[in-house]
Amino acid sequence: MADVSKLAPGQKVLMQGNEAIARGALEAGVSLAAAYPGNPSSEILQTLADSARSAGIYVEWSTNEKVALESAAAASYAGLRGMASMKQNGVNVAQDFICNLTISGTKGGLVLVTCDDPSGVSSTNEQDARFIARVACLPLLEPATPAECLKLTKLAFELSEQIGNLVVLRGLARLSHTRAGVTPGPLPEAKPRPHWDPNERWFTIPVVPRHQVMLDKLAQAGELIAAAGVNYYDGPVRPELLVIASGSSRLYADEARRLVGAGGRVGILHMGATWPLDQELILEHLARADKILFAEEVDPHIESGVKSIYAQHVRELGLKDFYGQETGHKPPIGELSPSRVAAAMADILGLPWQETDPAYLAKAKAAQALVAPRQVGFCPGCPHRASYWSMKQVLSADGREGIVSGDIGCYTMGVLPTGYERVNAVHCMGSGPGIASGLGKLRSQGFEQPVISVVGDSTFFHAALPALVNARWNNSDYVLVVLDNSATAMTGFQPHPGTGSTAMGQAGTAVDVEQICAGLGLPYTVLDPYDLEATQEALYDALQIGGGLRVLIFRRTCALVQNKRGGHPWRMSVDPQLCRGEDCGCDRFCTRVFRCPGLVFDQATGKTVLDEVVCVGCGVCAQICPAGAIKARPKEATA
Amino acid sequence: MKALKYDPLDIVVTGVGGQGNVLASQVLGLALLTAGYEVTVGETYGLSQRGGSVTSQVRVSSGPVLGPMMPDHRATAIVSLEPLEALRLLGVYGHPGVVVLTNDRPLRPLGVLAGEQLYPEPAELRATLESLCAKLYWLPATAAALELGNHILANVVLLGALCGLDLLPIGAAEVEAALGDMFPESKMALNREALAKGLALVRAA
Repeated sequence: MADVSKLAPGQKVLMQGNEAIARGALEAGVSLAAAYPGNPSSEILQTLADSARSAGIYVEWSTNEKVALESAAAASYAGLRGMASMKQNGVNVAQDFICNLTISGTKGGLVLVTCDDPSGVSSTNEQDARFIARVACLPLLEPATPAECLKLTKLAFELSEQIGNLVVLRGLARLSHTRAGVTPGPLPEAKPRPHWDPNERWFTIPVVPRHQVMLDKLAQAGELIAAAGVNYYDGPVRPELLVIASGSSRLYADEARRLVGAGGRVGILHMGATWPLDQELILEHLARADKILFAEEVDPHIESGVKSIYAQHVRELGLKDFYGQETGHKPPIGELSPSRVAAAMADILGLPWQETDPAYLAKAKAAQALVAPRQVGFCPGCPHRASYWSMKQVLSADGREGIVSGDIGCYTMGVLPTGYERVNAVHCMGSGPGIASGLGKLRSQGFEQPVISVVGDSTFFHAALPALVNARWNNSDYVLVVLDNSATAMTGFQPHPGTGSTAMGQAGTAVDVEQICAGLGLPYTVLDPYDLEATQEALYDALQIGGGLRVLIFRRTCALVQNKRGGHPWRMSVDPQLCRGEDCGCDRFCTRVFRCPGLVFDQATGKTVLDEVVCVGCGVCAQICPAGAIKARPKEATA
Repeated sequence: MKALKYDPLDIVVTGVGGQGNVLASQVLGLALLTAGYEVTVGETYGLSQRGGSVTSQVRVSSGPVLGPMMPDHRATAIVSLEPLEALRLLGVYGHPGVVVLTNDRPLRPLGVLAGEQLYPEPAELRATLESLCAKLYWLPATAAALELGNHILANVVLLGALCGLDLLPIGAAEVEAALGDMFPESKMALNREALAKGLALVRAA
């Protein structure tokens, strides 16, 4: 990412939402920013890391989101400003700390950024993390544009410092990755020296009176938000339809009213802050409209809040019609779009709405029969493909219907054909070894299937450790496979404890997976997953031993990283004389089963051909061809 | 500032992960922002870097800031680095008036490589695209890029081609300046050649 501390104030630039949040934090004088990588939030911390030296701040990738927020809270207690950024799942990881922090309170401005992922484009769920604002009674800001990302990030720090509590900023995947014009402001000239006054103490007891303090802070935040002008109305004085919207949906609603030709009939209440809800403003606008539509992604957060306010004032307001999730005018799943909001508006106002000529639509739809889906898969040369191939072969040879407990990272794709659909369960960071731990204790109940837990190197440090300690302590019976590709590959190759370098590019202390295993008293073996025979032999043996937790570390650098470090050693080719195609009896291992995109099944000749542009030369497929048709020669020898 | 022929001007830039369509949309966005228009470039990526479809939406207006998603079936133009992706996107953004500008080089999905699905014959694909748009530009962008020594320049070739149509309120010079903001001068000679090749392709079409 770019160093955003160098941008000239007052000069409009094209900036991504996430970069604008980073710039906003710098303008607010953040001193410590921490995060765990997770799309769509990753660029926030990466941008800050790349700006850290020139801005004179401390930025780190932490082992997980809870630790990241705790580190940021430390800055707050030392009188500085801190920020932790994460994807929606991370809020769950940090939640225990959040729900206590909100009672103890904060000093220097402290901001939590959650980047939600409606439609789950790069996530295992599409959870709406705004719940945390209600659960923990925290102010919640929701920007709609990159320019607002900057503005509301700055406001979040101010608000936090004024009320003495954490403030949440909610981004959305589309907004995180949207680029638009942003005009940066000035950076602060001086920051306070960090100091924790020993007389200042932060804890949650006595709980009940402190709970009241927390509620008072939220009420105070409500007054400050109302004064800040981040919620505003745009439309006729008495609209036929009032849309109450937040985030990108505000822009969709604005466009939708033009699309259906109802500009003069529809008003939009733009909610830049959605917790606490500005009751006075909402009552004022409910009084002026009889039909109300909600536009927000994913949960009916504003919808339920507004209806609750309405219920208390129904006598003075009279009867209203509400349109939203309850009526099907706002989908409960997936993203909103201008078209979806337009369809809802047209339905409510009784206006005609068609996306385009129906005959065209029918033709375009019919043509989609030609369009094969584009399944995602492991990259050419990815060590995970080789690892799952070995697991598939070994579990098949073992014959006891072995189970693979999956986890979060590129290797989550083990649930897809690219990983031979070998993975039986995937949930959240670190849940793989936890589930395996339970399975491994079901031996006492008659469970006889062998169990493998796969976990990536970054995930190993994030949340797998407690589950491993649990398995060790309770003598659970399974094989842990650490898929160590020496990178947090899925989210953009961030460093992690095992790599030893830090977010700011400095040397940290590498935390060694082997040493951790040795410390836990776990037997471990390091293997190269490209060496299929040795890997499969070791995995087979580990499954046969049984009786406790054994660790196999499959270590091979991510193929994309390797491509940048001089590439792979082999030049591959397929000998058409030896390739027997469909007649081989190999079940078309290489193209149908192994499925590396470098190998192409040629419909015309009925044989396999190698795509030299795609193939990186990892050499693995040469080991699987029963006819010896796939050849690997050293690149240097042929160059 | 030149008036927009289409307002909003909505350009879908699509392709397969790794083809450089995100970069192309950023260059376009930067050039248009510099020229004084309101620009929103919406990008979808994540898992898509691992072989999936990647789509960016470049939205330009003279008026209010637009959201990151354009309405369905209203795109002004679809610029595609892969012909099958152009057809896929017509199913979402197409309408009888849309202009399609596509690279002619197929990148076969995994299921096709595995022999489980079929990739349409080029002639059939081209005819289908033609039947679903006002004007199709079927361009050998990868071949042109390979003439310059690197297939990755296909995105810049297509940007050059886009500049040759009467859609944008800016020309190749502005796009070149935006490229110059993102690339070191050492890479600019090739980028200029790629833009010029794109312009020539569309003029010959």
